[in-house]
Amino acid sequence: MIDQTTLWTVIIGIGLGSYLFRFGFIGIIGNRPLPPWILRHLRYTAVAVLPGLVAPLVLWPPATGGELDAPRLAAAVVTVGVGITTRNPLIAIIFGACTLYAGLYLAG
Amino acid sequence: MTRQTTKSPFWMGCRDAAPFLLVVGPFAVLFGVVATEAGLNLLETMTFSVLVIAGAAQLTGLQLMVDQAPVLVVLASALAVNLRMAMYSASLTPHLGGAPLWTRALAAYFIVDQSYGLSILKFEQNPGWDLRQKLAYFWGTVAPVCPFWYVFTMVGALIGTSIPESFALDFALPICFLAIITPMLRTRAHLSAALVSIVLSLLFAWLPYNLGLLVAGLAGMMTGAEIERRTEVTHD
Repeated sequence: MIDQTTLWTVIIGIGLGSYLFRFGFIGIIGNRPLPPWILRHLRYTAVAVLPGLVAPLVLWPPATGGELDAPRLAAAVVTVGVGITTRNPLIAIIFGACTLYAGLYLAG
Repeated sequence: MTRQTTKSPFWMGCRDAAPFLLVVGPFAVLFGVVATEAGLNLLETMTFSVLVIAGAAQLTGLQLMVDQAPVLVVLASALAVNLRMAMYSASLTPHLGGAPLWTRALAAYFIVDQSYGLSILKFEQNPGWDLRQKLAYFWGTVAPVCPFWYVFTMVGALIGTSIPESFALDFALPICFLAIITPMLRTRAHLSAALVSIVLSLLFAWLPYNLGLLVAGLAGMMTGAEIERRTEVTHD
């Protein structure tokens, strides 16, 4: 399925890149201050990338051939709702998973 | 509570980090299972987890490889997810920057969401701590989390393909990511960054090579940064 060269390039590339991110400042830059605009952008990378990755998977799930799917949509909505109210990822996952299975069961 | 020994900060770190095992464990299992279902063998799956130790980036990379995205797009997207590690590193530098190089090199590898989040909070609450105490606390937060990342990845890889299709595991990744993201949406800037990212990733889903995600991610980052600059919210 996944080409071997691609796979190892990606594993090593992400591993090396992530280590450089982690080591970069603490190891190399030391105590020199960073421009605030860089830190400002870095703060939003996770919340900017992950929702964009998930959104198409929620609306057009590959498992249903890209058709909007009520149980999956409901599970996503519940996960977000519980996540925002409780601020607890684990509880959000549990509620999301229960919604998904309940929905899939009801949908037959 | 704050005894002036190095042992107590270490145990404080362990105790504070232990509950995160409930999140990290299942997430690692998920990665192991999804990787195995995508056709990775045990060695490949474990190498992935050991080299990267960052679930979101690993799952992002995996998902894009399954989608047959080009290598450069896979790398750029997964690394973008991990860019926050650079921020963590920068933010820990004033506290741990005085350690010997090899200690910093090792600590850098173990900078993950949990060790960073707990440590920076503790360091700010205890400005009197010296380097030894800070390092001890940091290692304390690493101990109950990182080793289990490997162990539970292996558990996932071993149960891997035995999970029946009716479990709808395809949707475990969206649920996990949504559950991780939503508690992060603390400010208007975070929320706007996420919304811009969602809208643009849907609008640009037609772009080849999953480039839509890169457009959405960049625009989301810039939105968050710009709103923060305008509102001058001081963060963390």
